[in-house]
Amino acid sequence: MDKDNKLELARRLVAELEADNEEMASNTLAELTASDSNPGDLFQEVGRLTRELHEAINGFVMDTAMAEMVQVDIPDATERLQYVIETTETAAHQTLTAIEGALPVSERLKSKAEHLNQQWGKFLQREMKVDDFKALSGELSEFLQNTAEDSNELHDKMNEIMMAQGFQDITGQIIKKVIKLVQDVEGRLIHLVKLAGNAHTSKNDEDIRKQKMAEEDGPVVPGVTQSQVVSGQDDVDDLLSSLGF
Amino acid sequence: MKILVVDDFSTMRRIVKNLLGDLGFKNIEEADDGNTALPKLQSGNFDFLVTDWNMPGMTGIDLLKAVRADPNLASLPVLMVTAESKREQIIEAAQAGVNGYVVKPFTAGTLEEKISKIFERVNG
Repeated sequence: MDKDNKLELARRLVAELEADNEEMASNTLAELTASDSNPGDLFQEVGRLTRELHEAINGFVMDTAMAEMVQVDIPDATERLQYVIETTETAAHQTLTAIEGALPVSERLKSKAEHLNQQWGKFLQREMKVDDFKALSGELSEFLQNTAEDSNELHDKMNEIMMAQGFQDITGQIIKKVIKLVQDVEGRLIHLVKLAGNAHTSKNDEDIRKQKMAEEDGPVVPGVTQSQVVSGQDDVDDLLSSLGF
Repeated sequence: MKILVVDDFSTMRRIVKNLLGDLGFKNIEEADDGNTALPKLQSGNFDFLVTDWNMPGMTGIDLLKAVRADPNLASLPVLMVTAESKREQIIEAAQAGVNGYVVKPFTAGTLEEKISKIFERVNG
């Protein structure tokens, strides 16, 4: 089609559009565009992309390692993480129970010792009658005996607390395994994206980061948390006082 | 002094409860998120609220906003004890009317200091 023909068609298209004749306009448009570009090319290109995507997805699904990840490892990881929660909760309760048991014992020791100290002071100042001294002497031997028992109890409670910390070993290992799995899945997903031709450029990282700014993400994890976080209670206090607190 | 401690982790509620007990506060109730806390607050004559931020159901920040929006609770002192430590979040809590903000992990000393500061202001 030469230039004049094209111009002619283009003018007709404008006229038809102005006349609100949509059907004619669409025919003219088809005539105008069909002439140069071969629609076969477009279909071929779509076909090629579809085949590539199909192969990529097939390769992804057929990948036995990936299949195992999806069917076994990820549900497994979910359970492992659930287990981490349970283990740490148990350990925390075990520790707290031991502390709750130990606090009254140390309180008892303290008040008894204070009382005896006061009495002993009177004795040293020679302000004590013989009968009072006899009572004090009885109290003292009882206290010494109880102190040995109480110390044993405190020792046991501290041992319980120490033993409860064993959870860290277990949970640490579990979490490491889950991290490894996440990294493997990430690697395979990147591979899939590359196979699919990376035609679709993803959302700007910065936009995604900004969008996540105000979301809750719990405790700060070094190397993971990216947005502006305060570094401790002092920072929180400074920030609040700058806001008029 | 009746205090409500809100946290989804029972261990953290226990720790806060023990620390408050050490400070002489013995009348303490617990709730595991904002949805269970709010009805308690509305019917329970509480004098002080200690809440976590990140909880399933209703979060601590939403609980704070709900408390401030309720005419009967609007003046209730609220202390946030949370692992959320982004500047935006602290600012959001301040704007929502929080009385104190403690980041986890915290010490007994920090908790005591913030609580006494809050009551100095409330009573003074």
